[in-house]
Amino acid sequence: MADAPTGARDLAPVLLFSAFVVATCGLVYELLAGTLASYLLGDSVTQFSTVIGTYLFAMGIGAWLSRYVTANELAVFVRTEILIAAIGGSSAALLFLLFDRVGDFRLPLYGLVLIIGTLVGLEIPLLMRILKDRLEFGDLVSKVLTFDYIGALAASLLFPLVLVPHLGLIRTGFLFGLANVGVALAMLWMLPQASRLRGEMAAGILVAIALVAGLFSAERLQRLAEVAAYQAPIIHAVSTPYQRIVLTRRNDDVRLFLNGNLQFSSRDEYRYHEALVHPALGRIAHPANVLILGGGDGLAAREVLKYPGVRSITLVDLDPAMTRLFTDAPMLAALNGNALRSPKLIIVNADAFVWLRANQRRFGAVIVDFPDPTNFSIGKLYTLSLYRELARAIAPGGIAVVQSTSPLVAPNAYWTVATTLEAAGLTTRGYHAYVPSFGEWGFILAAHGAIADAVALPPGLRFLTPRTAALAFDFPPDMARRPTPVNRLDNQALVRAFDAEWSRVEG
Amino acid sequence: MLTRRSLLATPALAVPGCSFLGALPGTLSGADMARGHLLRTPFAAGTPAETRRTKIAIIGGGIAGLSAAFTLAEAGHRDFRLFELEDSAGGNSRAGRNAVSAYPLGAHYLPIPNPESSGVRHFLERIGTITGWQGGKPVFDPYQIVADPEERILHLGRWQEGLIPAIVPDADRADLAAFFAAMDRFRDHKTSDGRRAFAIPMDLSSRDPDLRALDALSFTAWLDARGWSTPTLRAHLRYCTRDEYGTEPGEVSAWAGIHYFAARRGEAANCAGDAVLTWPAGNGYLAAAMARRVAGHIEPGIVVAAVRTSGDGAQIDALDVANRRRIRILADAAIIALPRFVAAHVVAGASAKGFGYSPWVVANVTADRLPAGQGAKLAWDNVSATSDSLGYVVATHQGLAAVPGPTVLTWYTALSDMTPATARTLMTDRPLADWQRIVHDDLMAMNPDLAGAIRRIDVWRWGHAMVRPVPGFFFGGARENAAKSAPPLFNAHSDLSGLSIFEEAHFRGSTAAEAAMTHLGFAHVSVHTA
Ligand SMILES: Cc1cc2nc3c(=O)[nH]c(=O)nc-3n(C[C@H](O)[C@H](O)[C@H](O)COP(=O)(O)OP(=O)(O)OC[C@H]3O[C@@H](n4cnc5c(N)ncnc54)[C@H](O)[C@@H]3O)c2cc1C
Repeated sequence: MADAPTGARDLAPVLLFSAFVVATCGLVYELLAGTLASYLLGDSVTQFSTVIGTYLFAMGIGAWLSRYVTANELAVFVRTEILIAAIGGSSAALLFLLFDRVGDFRLPLYGLVLIIGTLVGLEIPLLMRILKDRLEFGDLVSKVLTFDYIGALAASLLFPLVLVPHLGLIRTGFLFGLANVGVALAMLWMLPQASRLRGEMAAGILVAIALVAGLFSAERLQRLAEVAAYQAPIIHAVSTPYQRIVLTRRNDDVRLFLNGNLQFSSRDEYRYHEALVHPALGRIAHPANVLILGGGDGLAAREVLKYPGVRSITLVDLDPAMTRLFTDAPMLAALNGNALRSPKLIIVNADAFVWLRANQRRFGAVIVDFPDPTNFSIGKLYTLSLYRELARAIAPGGIAVVQSTSPLVAPNAYWTVATTLEAAGLTTRGYHAYVPSFGEWGFILAAHGAIADAVALPPGLRFLTPRTAALAFDFPPDMARRPTPVNRLDNQALVRAFDAEWSRVEG
Repeated sequence: MLTRRSLLATPALAVPGCSFLGALPGTLSGADMARGHLLRTPFAAGTPAETRRTKIAIIGGGIAGLSAAFTLAEAGHRDFRLFELEDSAGGNSRAGRNAVSAYPLGAHYLPIPNPESSGVRHFLERIGTITGWQGGKPVFDPYQIVADPEERILHLGRWQEGLIPAIVPDADRADLAAFFAAMDRFRDHKTSDGRRAFAIPMDLSSRDPDLRALDALSFTAWLDARGWSTPTLRAHLRYCTRDEYGTEPGEVSAWAGIHYFAARRGEAANCAGDAVLTWPAGNGYLAAAMARRVAGHIEPGIVVAAVRTSGDGAQIDALDVANRRRIRILADAAIIALPRFVAAHVVAGASAKGFGYSPWVVANVTADRLPAGQGAKLAWDNVSATSDSLGYVVATHQGLAAVPGPTVLTWYTALSDMTPATARTLMTDRPLADWQRIVHDDLMAMNPDLAGAIRRIDVWRWGHAMVRPVPGFFFGGARENAAKSAPPLFNAHSDLSGLSIFEEAHFRGSTAAEAAMTHLGFAHVSVHTA
């Protein structure tokens, strides 16, 4: 097609403009891949440098391959353009969706970068050959490369300043895909009637329609791709038979998400775990045997180990992947002070309810740190039936503490836990603490007899002091106790209250 | 191992409705017809290879027969045998089990019993389902009370809690209110004879002629006469009569229709009175509890072919399936805990005139994950407003796992829209793969989210699942006659109540056992106080 029949409209300006578009789009896809990789895999220096390297190398492959195109350059150029539009345009969406569905995310990542790079690399030489009869050689090289580099500049400025903040990664991809296919269609349209490439035209229109559809369903795709929901780079993500564990890190802030729910932020988790553990442990004369239900991150265990009198800690957590991770990963083990490696610790990977029903031992302290009652299965862990089993596990003079959601956001849910513990024959005392990444959070102490005022805190705490620990038991009117039902297996009153109260704030 | 990745990935890859079902594993089974048909062959003639003696012979090991055995054992009786045709006792309350869960093959729940169901309460207390009493009301083991949410219905594409659609026209709402108000009045009604209008066991119901007259017409005719004809009410009532009796509302007696709504006055100290008790194995749990208590007395694989009185006692001829031997049992008394259509073949002089049976199909569907859906969350019992099936119950619903894994769904349908005879022919002719497709498609219409998650479908056919309480059945004479015992033969089966439920089977079995003990002069205290 390079030797287009005379009388055709002059294609040169369009072709040069397409050099600009091809360059912009190519760089945008490369930046998308780099950003996505550092966002999902962390370590942005490595991700960007490997993505850019792969991309440039792939362009080289494309340039080399262009020698095998011996005829029909224009048709090949248009086809390549349409292919880039389809693959590059949907690359961000594809990568997001594939992230938690493939074994090794790097495979699709570098695969896509390689394909897009190769296709883009094929285009510039082809373009030059198409234009070689229309322009003088020196002029040709100068013009094509000028447009190419201007395109690169445009992309690198637009990307961080306009595209990512305003459109997001997925939409940006679709939009540039549309630009790619737009150029291809414009060229096809400018060809003389007789030599129009009908197949290519149809393919181009289909791709354009698909990209527009993608552009409009970006929000839904985003939701499908749960990883897009995290606010910080992911440093570890794994699906176990029980849950999805995701760790993110931004600067010194490490966060753990289970099934998308924040479990802790390393910035303020000490507040949560000090508040969880010490009001209970500090009220027992000689806490020797401690039971922790949930809490596979070892952070509660770290606090328990601050009592030298503790001889053994039994930690029951469903997921072996979780306890293994927090035992073996150096950064996480540092977070829990190697608590999970303590010789005093016995890790039991079992379903807490089932384990507790079978358990015959009694413990001086029981720390109950289950996930929030967001569904009926977890709701069973907060029922009268479980608390009856819990009461059996508390030694005389012993004490239990239950994390019980936010008394500010969900006062009915919070006090339902207290009412239910009391129905199991336990005495309760509720308290609360402010944990910035959670908000105002609530806990409930439960024991067979009266619960003392006096608390003996270990040295070295960062949050609790005897004064704040006492104040925590004071509930202002907006969180004050109110009459609530007993949560039972056959009424799931807690899940219903929790759902109603949290949906009011989360919409 | 099942990973979340595979959970996420499969639905996208599987094409709903796409039929690679031919390869889906499963079994097609049912009550052992071959053994049943031995009754019609003349094998029982001729001389038995062996003659045994026992004081009391119980024939049939469903809930009625097991209740009789349990009652004898509890009373301290030692000398009795129970003969059961199948390889295990339980009858319609049997259960199956696979690597994922136990699951019911038939009966799957027991409502919190009424105070007058004193025998059932006594039994539940003996097996630890009732753990104590508070303020005169029984305390039930919370793990055996159906976990919340109990039921949901798919209506207009959304699941909602309960079994009656919420979004309905005002006229439908008014009819529903009027109907349930009438049922409340019936429930509270006591007649001049001091009896409840409708009681469980039904034998304790009022004898008031006005109430008995309800048996003369069909439920539909009774509703028509009251002008209650709006679609939401009628659809719900159709669901109920099919679910309870396997029969269309136009074919059940109005007395049965009303009994279903007006007879339940369950009492519990620690849950709602209208709750139910359920287990992964369904009522197989109750059958197993009974069978354990009388384990040494049960003889499975014995087809009883003929029962007649002989002298003061009973002579029973049977076939021992394992040895293919004829045996004769001589007993001082016999408790006939057989369905009436079988008893008619076996017991000299017995007739099954007036006894018809509804055919049912039950499928146990093993799936990789729990069903989900728009709207209300998965419940124990899940029903679709637009399906002719009766929906499914979730065998793992009572489980305590915080993160649920694979499950077994027990899917039900009553083949009530054709004559029972046609349905039985269909049941024998239709191959497994066709049943599987029907079950699969029905489930997919309710829960497209299950696409790709179904591992196997096991189909169980009940040709004579439940006695049909057609108009005139309760008080027309035939049932009452069949229920009469002629010592030393004592009749016991839920058929004799016309209501195919656990309580009736238990009542028939335990009262027959007590009558037999009285007949033989064996001292005992009745479990029936009402
Ligand atoms: C699909 C289905 C669902 C149901 N759901 C419920 C429910 O949820 N709740 C409820 O309360 N009820 C339910 N029922 C009703 C159930 O039938 C009763 O609860 C109860 O199990 C009936 O017990 P039975 O002893 O009266 O009868 P059967 O169960 O019919 O017992 C009769 C026994 O006699 C044996 N037998 C037959 N012939 C011979 C012979 N010749 N020799 C020796 N033995 C013989 C049979 O094998 C059987 O074991 C359901 C029934 C079905 C079919």
